[in-house]
This record gives sequence, structure tokens and C-alpha cells, in this order.
Amino acid sequence: MIGQDLLGMEQLSREQIGRILHTAERMQEVGAREVKKVPTLRGRTIVNLFFEASTRTKASFEIAGKRLSADVVNFTPSTSSMKKAESILDTARTLDAMDPDCVVVRHAVAGVPHRIAQVLTAPVVNAGDGAHEHPTQALLDLLTVKQAKGRIDGLSVTIIGDVLHSRVARSNIYGFTKMGAEVRVAGPPTLIPKGIERLGVKAFTNLEQALIGADVVMALRIQNERLAGSHVPSVREYAATFGLDRTRLQYAKEDAIVMHPGPVNRGVELSQELVDHRPSVILDQVRNGVALRMAVLYLITGRPHASVQAEEG
Amino acid sequence: MAHSHSAGSSTNSERGRTQHSPEAEPPLQSNAVRLVFDDPGIRRALTRIAHEIVERNESPELLYLVAIPNGGIPLARRLKANLGEIARVEVPLGILDTTLYRDDLSARGERPLLRETEMPSGVDGRVVVLVDDVVKSGRTVRAAMDALMDFGRPRSVQLVGLVDRGHRELPIKLDYVGKNVPTSAHETVRLQAAPDASAGELEVVVAGGEAREPGERG
Repeated sequence: MIGQDLLGMEQLSREQIGRILHTAERMQEVGAREVKKVPTLRGRTIVNLFFEASTRTKASFEIAGKRLSADVVNFTPSTSSMKKAESILDTARTLDAMDPDCVVVRHAVAGVPHRIAQVLTAPVVNAGDGAHEHPTQALLDLLTVKQAKGRIDGLSVTIIGDVLHSRVARSNIYGFTKMGAEVRVAGPPTLIPKGIERLGVKAFTNLEQALIGADVVMALRIQNERLAGSHVPSVREYAATFGLDRTRLQYAKEDAIVMHPGPVNRGVELSQELVDHRPSVILDQVRNGVALRMAVLYLITGRPHASVQAEEG
Repeated sequence: MAHSHSAGSSTNSERGRTQHSPEAEPPLQSNAVRLVFDDPGIRRALTRIAHEIVERNESPELLYLVAIPNGGIPLARRLKANLGEIARVEVPLGILDTTLYRDDLSARGERPLLRETEMPSGVDGRVVVLVDDVVKSGRTVRAAMDALMDFGRPRSVQLVGLVDRGHRELPIKLDYVGKNVPTSAHETVRLQAAPDASAGELEVVVAGGEAREPGERG
């Protein structure tokens, strides 16, 4: 139903997204129980293969797997085999020989999960690859919006910040446009990729204009160290121009919600006060992430295993 | 996804759906759909069962109805109303999906759609009455009991089946039966909305010859 692997929102159909969200809503009930565990994936092994540091996403996948009774193994090659100059694909092949039922991959370089999926027997879930995609983040964002607003279709979604380097932005653009929302992006011209309109979004360099009539406002994380001095003059200047606070939020709809994939640079992307209070739904996003990943693990481990694709070379 | 594993017990299956199913190849052996339980018959059976429940349980205030979706839900609602009239008790009604507890999930294949679970309160010390529409292999009931234990430790668990079709594969027996309907293993028995029903009328039909779907509940 959702394919052999979950590599990106680009490949998912509206129906597949709908099925994942429906399943996640059912999984939320499990998380609300006193005994937060069902036997569904008993005896199955899920490997978290994180080449890039991650605390939140890794923990979310780990809790999701454990709530389904799977055995979850965290594999962080930067601290083990990569030091021995083992190639990424060799690491993947080694893991595959241990017969995992699903491998969750994060890597700082775009396309690595795709490449790993080609050599693995087990289904691969992309947990973020470079500036490319982060599908489970987009799916949990869709779930959060669906539940806060009662629908996705017809909503107006404004994504603010470093769209250029953001896999969260890219996956959300695919996800929200597929589900019938209107998507706008706003940020300094240096951080809005050329030709982004081809993905069906409107680009703005003026925040207030981008916010007018928005139902959902999503601020992206600014990576201070990477951007200051090159793409933006300074973090302070970015905050002054594109930081969201209650005054600016008034341009959006009265009942607009505020989202952020975390971790937030307080006082940069969002004002201190917006982080912790409604209409911010940041903690709902985190909470929904577990149920959403349970849904993905449940659906993807049911697929019949396709034979390994022939590898060139 | 097209293969709903609940085809054997869906309340909203369209009548005649079995006559042309694009998934079922080769063509069905028989198109016959026969009515085995009409709405008045279902009502009478549930009234009788409600009386039996009250007779058998000295403390009706401990009763807790738990419906297995989808078919068990409308039946449990009717039982709740009946119990209210007979014993003057407001019996809590929970809904418990068994999908995540099924014993065939290790088989690789399309994942069944999850249905709702809504348990209004814990089941510790309660006399839980599980309600299902059609009981066949007993595997769904086994899954339901496992699921139930995750919500607490009931004092006892009893089982209502509107239709018992036999073909048991596990040592599970019904405490309250609406009707025994002998069927061949290849037939489908389902509870569905009665045609032209305006007020939620139900009926049970047997559809002949449809091959058993891999995920069909028993």
C-alpha cells in the first residue's frame, strides 16, 4: 500500500498519505493507554541507521518501534565502522545480512537512503537525507494540521525560513500540495531556491505578505553556524526580518496555528513566547511523531519483500 | 487496501458486491446471497440474550459491553439498550479493535486497515461481555481477549456472537448465541444494513462460494 520503501513524499500518492494518516490516528489511541504497547511487531527487528547525529527523530522511531513490540537496534556508524573507512553500502550490506525487518536511515547527503534501499532486502525508511527529504516529519506535520484544523484540503500554509537547505520544507511542500493545500514559502532571497515555483508554491521575500490569510505558519530551523555571514548578514538581522512573533502573526488568520520541526532557536525563528503557548502546536508535532512512525513501521513491514534489485557494477 | 479483510463481517457492505468483485478471479462459483437473519429476528435474539446475561450475572452493575468492530458495534448498542430496560443499569460500552493483536500479522502482505478503539474506562473487576457479529475460527475472539487484558484485569469475560458458523480453530465457545448457521468454509457470512432500511435495520446474509480472503476474520 505505501510501497516497498518510504523514501520521500515525492513518491507518495494522496491515497497513500491518507492511509498513513488514518493509521496514525488509530495508533494515537495506543499511546494514550496505560499500557502503551501492542504485540503487532513482536519478533521483528528494526534498525535505526543514523549516519548523522539525531536525538529527537531517533528517539521517536525507537519509541514507535518499541510500542509495537519490535526489537529496535540503534546503529551509529560514525562511532563504529565508519572510522574504519567501511563504505556506506558495505555497512548496509552487513546490516542486511542480520535480517532486519526495516531499516531507518538518516544521512547528511541527499540520496543515500535511496542508494541503500537498492542493496537492502529490508524496507528502508528515510529519516532525513541532506537537504532532500524528511518524509516522516512532513507526515507528522500533516497529521498535526489535520487534527488541529479538521482538514488539509483548501488550507493556506506558509513556510518561513531556510527553504534552500531544508528537507523538512521540501517534504512538506510535496505533502501539503498533494493533500490540496496552498503552500507559500517566505525567506531571504538567498535562502529561497530558484525555480521553487515549479513545485507548485508561491515564493515571497516579504514575511507579512506571505502571512496574509494563512491557516498554518511553519517556521524552519535556522542553522546559525552555517548561514551567518554567507546567506544572511547575521542571525540578529534574520530574526528582525523573518522571526515570527505575535505582532507579525496578526497578518495570518485569527485561528492560525504555529509549527516548527524543532529544535527551536528561541528568539530567532520564533519569539520566546510563541514557542511555549498556543497557537503553537510544537509539542503536538512531537507527540504525533511517535504515532505517525508507528503507522509507517506497521504499514511498511507488511509489504512482501521484493527481490534485491540488480546492482550495476 | 482493496481487499478489506473485514468483508466477512462488514455492516456496510453493499448487497450484491460479491456478484462482481474485480479481485475475485476466477469467477465465483455461485452468486446466491441468502438471508439468514432479518432485523426482527436479530432484535428478538438480542432481547433474549440480554435476558440471559441478566440471569447469569448477579451483579448487573459490573457489566461492561465491549464491541468488536465493525459488526459488534450496532449489536452492542442494542444490547446496552435492552440491558437498560431489563436490569435498569447503564452499562458502559467500549469498542475494541483486534487488528494489532491478530495472529497472522507475521505473514507478509497487505496490512489490514485499523479500526477504532474507544474504551471509556478500565476493565478491572468488571464482567466484560464481548460482542461480535459472526464467530467462526475464534481467532478474532482470541485477539480480543489479549487486547482486553491490556486495559486491565476483568473479573470475567463472556462472549456474545450473533451468528455462530462453526469451523472453530481454537478452543473458544460462545456464552450467548443468536443463531447457529451451518455454512461451508468457503461461504461468507456478514452482518449488513438491510436494504431500504431507514432506521438502522440490520440483516445477516450468507454469500455462497466466495473464496476466503487471506485476511478474513473468523
